[in-house]
Amino acid sequence: MFDRRLIENWDWILLLLLMLLAAISIANLYSATYPIRDMGGSQIFVKQIYWYMIGFSIFLLMTTFNYYKLLQLAYPVYFVSIALLILVLIIGKTTSGSQRWLAVGPISIQPSEFAKISIVLVLAKFFGEGDRYQEYGLREILLPLILIGLPAVLILKQPDLGTTLHLTAAALSILIFVRLNWKSVAILAVPTICMSPLVWFILKDYQKARILIFLNPDMDPLGAGYHINQSKIAIGSGQFWGKGFLNGTQTRLQFLPEQHTDFAFSVLAEEWGFFISIILLLVYLFLVLWGLNIAKDAKNRFGSLLAVGFVAIAFWQVITNVGMVTGLLPVVGIPLVLFSYGGSSIISTMAAMGLLMNISMRRFMFSNGAGLPER
Amino acid sequence: MRISNFDPVSVGIFNRQIRNATLFVLVLFSILVIRLWFLQIVKGPIYRAKSEHNRLRLQDITPVRGMIMDRNGNVLIANRPSYDLFVIPEDVQDRARLLQDLERLAGLDPESARQKLNASATVPFRPVCLKKDMSRDMLAIVEMYKYNLPGVVIKVEPGRHYVYGNFAFHLLGYLGEISEAELDRGQYPDSKSGDMIGKSGVESRWQTSLSGMRGGEQIEVDAEGRKIRTISIRLPGSGSNVCLTLDQHLQMTAENAMIGKKGAIVALDPNTGEVLALVSSPSVDPNLFVCGTNRTIWKEIAQSKDFPLQNRALTGQYPPASVFKIIVALAGLEEGRIDPRETVFCPGYFFLGNHRYRCWKKHGHGRVDLHRALVESCDVYFYRMGKRLGVDRIARYAKKLGLGGKTGFDVGHEKEGLIPTKSWKLKRLGVPWQEGETVSTSIGQSFTLVTPIQMATMISAVFNGGVIYRPQATKWVGKSEAEKDYEFSPEIIRKTGIEQDHLEIVKKALIGVVNERGGTGSMTRFNDFTVAGKTGTAQVIGLKKDESGKRNYIPVHYKDHAWFVAVAPVENPRIALAILVEHGGHGGSTAAPIAKELIEAYLHRQ
Repeated sequence: MFDRRLIENWDWILLLLLMLLAAISIANLYSATYPIRDMGGSQIFVKQIYWYMIGFSIFLLMTTFNYYKLLQLAYPVYFVSIALLILVLIIGKTTSGSQRWLAVGPISIQPSEFAKISIVLVLAKFFGEGDRYQEYGLREILLPLILIGLPAVLILKQPDLGTTLHLTAAALSILIFVRLNWKSVAILAVPTICMSPLVWFILKDYQKARILIFLNPDMDPLGAGYHINQSKIAIGSGQFWGKGFLNGTQTRLQFLPEQHTDFAFSVLAEEWGFFISIILLLVYLFLVLWGLNIAKDAKNRFGSLLAVGFVAIAFWQVITNVGMVTGLLPVVGIPLVLFSYGGSSIISTMAAMGLLMNISMRRFMFSNGAGLPER
Repeated sequence: MRISNFDPVSVGIFNRQIRNATLFVLVLFSILVIRLWFLQIVKGPIYRAKSEHNRLRLQDITPVRGMIMDRNGNVLIANRPSYDLFVIPEDVQDRARLLQDLERLAGLDPESARQKLNASATVPFRPVCLKKDMSRDMLAIVEMYKYNLPGVVIKVEPGRHYVYGNFAFHLLGYLGEISEAELDRGQYPDSKSGDMIGKSGVESRWQTSLSGMRGGEQIEVDAEGRKIRTISIRLPGSGSNVCLTLDQHLQMTAENAMIGKKGAIVALDPNTGEVLALVSSPSVDPNLFVCGTNRTIWKEIAQSKDFPLQNRALTGQYPPASVFKIIVALAGLEEGRIDPRETVFCPGYFFLGNHRYRCWKKHGHGRVDLHRALVESCDVYFYRMGKRLGVDRIARYAKKLGLGGKTGFDVGHEKEGLIPTKSWKLKRLGVPWQEGETVSTSIGQSFTLVTPIQMATMISAVFNGGVIYRPQATKWVGKSEAEKDYEFSPEIIRKTGIEQDHLEIVKKALIGVVNERGGTGSMTRFNDFTVAGKTGTAQVIGLKKDESGKRNYIPVHYKDHAWFVAVAPVENPRIALAILVEHGGHGGSTAAPIAKELIEAYLHRQ
């Protein structure tokens, strides 16, 4: 039975923000892939439209059930995603040196994208059952740390440093949100910092080189260093009003690497300038704040923590990607959420946003109302 | 499972955390906004200027390709500077005029230049090479007029220097521009179009090690594309050197011996499989390929009837002729079908049914045992023994000794040759095997085909106790002998398991070939040590001798191929040879003297 209040509480603002992002993303991809159209790289923006259509369908699907049910599904979903991460290491497709993709018929999926959602699910379940007034101690967060560590290590093995850091950042945000006591923060931080030099000796030479370049792109003057310089030129040369749609010279001449994925924001900044770049950032900011608002209004801890986790995923992606293309952060290869091209990322993010909507719609309901019968 | 709604106390804590998170989010977003404001508003005009004419370029720095040396460290292929003419298409103001100027000043073909420029429109500001290795005159003229030729860049890059000209061309190989197909296949992931890569021989086999690691620099250029300063640089890693097992002196002697002849020579260390010399004649001067292959010259070479590009030592397939008698002798002994004391009367011919098979000696050898039959290369003896054994048994021993199959040589592509069997013929030609074919097979004719390198491996095995080694030409690869990435080690392909007594009988006979009266290889005789060998004269075409048994006038391309295989010194084998001279006539008179020269060159020098 469908409750009428669900429709009344439909979160139009969230939906509007998402559609706005989809529209900007598709228009920008049209421009970003314009120069490679003749070389078979053509219809990327069309594919993005399809991905968004699938994404919005999944978004709707995610609102049709009561999110409490996920409490039971959290661990199964988590272990399926771990299994997929193991599978990708065994039979995954290797592209440019890392094994990230699982080929399913004609399409490739990236299990690490879905791992992000599943880690939020298990952490929300772990911390979300029942009230809590004190901070958490070290012994209590041992299991969550293992739950985070498992997918992190598997993704690192692909190797995909960017996604590993992103997943860890989103997961740790939940831990910090539920509050850890100072003792456990210290106990976690101090050994990690002390141990890290030891890890250095275990790494192989090429891995060391990768990390050094990650920390300092100038060490790779022909790769990351060059890309960052070109990206900064692209963004800076946009000035206030931009060079106009399809008029970005950096984009046209393909000075930007990965201009439809990791560096998509640079294309926007070059062609539309400071004005639209700021508006895009404001859309993201609004989405994040709206998400936090949903977390605040949720009627139980589980829903709140789910919302916080999903917001954290989107938030860190915006910060690291824009930070990277503007030269504030090292080049890590993280796409901009809901903006860069990428099917797995759009679908998993839209699923997360669908759940956010789900939480938002049920904000005035009592758990024993529409949810599970109380046991 | 219990889900409860928040209680008020918990809500208070929660709301405080939400407030903290909001604050945190606002701070980080502000940083991004400030950064964008800084880049786009404060520094905007500077970046806009930079983007107008993008001033940052990536430029490759070609690493120095490794050297190739012989076993004693003599440099065979080194490097010398090559002055290459490049054009950066985006910096050219008037393309038609530039091509016109280049044709007038430097004689550059405008049509092929236009094609090259059009083909490389994918990456912006990527220099396109129009002429590799300019002559001094051309360089001087281009340098002089460079300021009137916007877009033209001259780069000094390491080019190949062939110290001894066409020395060991087939083994060393040559360089050529990487083809689209090779790029697509992705076997050289570090290569870009326009790169020179090894196309054959050692240059191709060790391409990845020789080529080194590409370097590059990020530079800032002015509006005409001239470099103002280097922003950052990655120095190239020079390529590894390759040291071969080849002996430069021996190889040189062998090549000189083959001047004017067609054919191949393979010299091995019989106890390890190290290739000491590998010659295929005629050869090509690799300097022709240095400047990028000229189409007409290439056509001329590729279409020549002498097939100078073919490496005959590996891919030349010839009937083994009388050398094959070694196989038949060993097969007979091992199978117990030949008693070395048994004698056969050779009247100069052999009848099978009513078909008459000739012995090469018209009036016959008289009574011969195995030893004499090998020494004098009596055909009739082997006709008879071959018939007794049957073709399949012969084939088994031929295969065991490495004939009719790839030897596994590490540099370059080989042909297999062919050792016929009954089932092969039925399958391949659809007709059953004839006994007459067994007869001619037993003197190495009919369908049988082998390559010179197989013959060298085979004769090595006879003298090293029956072991087939993989022939290898690489001694080490690395920065220096102290810092090697790869080192030679002998590799046993198979132990034939032939009884030492049987090998001794054959060895003794092969010593006789060179050292006894009536032996066919007497021209290889030395006084201070013992050489063993076997001659072969391979019929190119089934010539009928006229009744007098004389061959009058025979055109060169119908003349027989001359074979000689040899090992020296027998007491302590150090060199095994297989020599083939196409249309050389008799093995004993054409190929054996070459063997003498080579053994002299290799053993007497040391």
